[in-house]
Amino acid sequence: MSKYSALSLLRGAFNGQSHWQPAWRDPEPKTSYDVVIIGGGGHGLATAYYLAKVHGITNVAVIEKGYIGGGNVGRNTTIVRSNYRLEPLSRFYEFSLKLWEGLSDDLNYNVMFSPRGALTLGHSDADMIQLAQKGDAMAVQGIDAELLTRDQVMKIEPCLDFSRQARFPIEGAMIQWRGGTARHDAVAWGFARGADSYGVDIIQKCEVTGMVMGGNRVVGVETSRGRINAGTVAICAAGHSGHVAAMAGLKLPVESQTLQAMVTEGVKPMVQTVVMTQSLHCYISQSDKGGIVFGGDPDNWPSYAQRGQPVTMELAVQQGLALIPALSRLRMLRCWAGVTDMSFDGSPIIGTTPRDGLWINGGWCYGGFKATPGSGYLFAHSLAHQRPHAIVEPFSLDRFERGSPVDENGTGPFPNHR
Amino acid sequence: MKLIPCPHCGNRAQAEFVYERTADSVVPLDAEPDAAVAALFARANPRGVEEEIWRHTYGCGSWMLIRRDRVSHAIEWVKPLGPEALP
Repeated sequence: MSKYSALSLLRGAFNGQSHWQPAWRDPEPKTSYDVVIIGGGGHGLATAYYLAKVHGITNVAVIEKGYIGGGNVGRNTTIVRSNYRLEPLSRFYEFSLKLWEGLSDDLNYNVMFSPRGALTLGHSDADMIQLAQKGDAMAVQGIDAELLTRDQVMKIEPCLDFSRQARFPIEGAMIQWRGGTARHDAVAWGFARGADSYGVDIIQKCEVTGMVMGGNRVVGVETSRGRINAGTVAICAAGHSGHVAAMAGLKLPVESQTLQAMVTEGVKPMVQTVVMTQSLHCYISQSDKGGIVFGGDPDNWPSYAQRGQPVTMELAVQQGLALIPALSRLRMLRCWAGVTDMSFDGSPIIGTTPRDGLWINGGWCYGGFKATPGSGYLFAHSLAHQRPHAIVEPFSLDRFERGSPVDENGTGPFPNHR
Repeated sequence: MKLIPCPHCGNRAQAEFVYERTADSVVPLDAEPDAAVAALFARANPRGVEEEIWRHTYGCGSWMLIRRDRVSHAIEWVKPLGPEALP
């Protein structure tokens, strides 16, 4: 793999930029691998990358049903942050955020990580108390959090509706300055290129159709391109975790739901940070191209359709317009949906399964993008040592039956109540 | 908008309905711990047809059982659901 640099670009200027090579190979699947990763999304590719780079395990295949970047890694709202209240979550997401900070250099691929600040608005005294509590919980773990007054918020985001007639009056906010956005496609491509450079086989248009069992052990996978034997099989299938696990006879504490996002036409800079709120569920940021990116609630009923219902989209847009009335003048360019695996406490599931040789990394609900490097690093560590890393131990699959959920929102066991 | 045939009101907009849970996830009051854990947390989550409990919350308020495809969203049937239908 040739290294991308300003010098190589300059050199290319003299030969018509004819030096460019495909960023990764398109190999035929071998009959056997040490590790087979099901799912070529961000998490699967990151896992393969760190397995090869950090642990020297390079006989790895990433098997993708569609194409790289076509799933949730290309369908999210690109938000990166680690502002969580519960320690297992903030520790995990902070680990991930620290990887984000050096990711472009590490991958030699510009993921356009932009720590522009993750701003959570408070609309009442109760909101501000909750934000202060969350900020304190973060601060004691050494994570940056700053409580802002209404006047301070006004300086950062002047386009918000600060009037006293506002539907959601703004009392203040909590900001994590190190949070922000990244370019999601580049994350997928960067990890794919990185993993490939260490010899990982990325096999696209190859659907896993079954698990090959040897007693209680998963010894390989049946795919649309033949059987592939594996020492370890790792599920990184996001919204499809449930029915992939079902191939090994497992039922997961997961329901797959549709999550939508949408983007307006491009405009000059008007939203500086990632705007979220403590009371509503809508998140707004401005892409580097200028489009205002919206996201909201999932559709709250199970679906694998990758298309959302207009009602949910309207709700997200209504909330966005109430916060930033000027957005009403913009036209929506595109909307899309992804299938998210909603876990029953809102936290991810990483670790072993009741089947030997089968590991799972899923249940990301609608917060998987920011976890991509951290999830990949820690899952790779767990696979390499055949033991869950200490940071992901609280996210084991059996935590539900043990009565130890990691319930950030305190909303109980049903994903549609979240 | 998608229409759901409520057993009492006929076809109504889907926005009037709330999805509650799958039909197999109702925990019987006398369930053993293993059965309760399975009912609460183990989901087939099929990429296909599943039976689900919905409620016409913003309409007549009645509960119903819907057999529905989770990919195409096509509804196979809707049945009224009352206390006698619960385990």
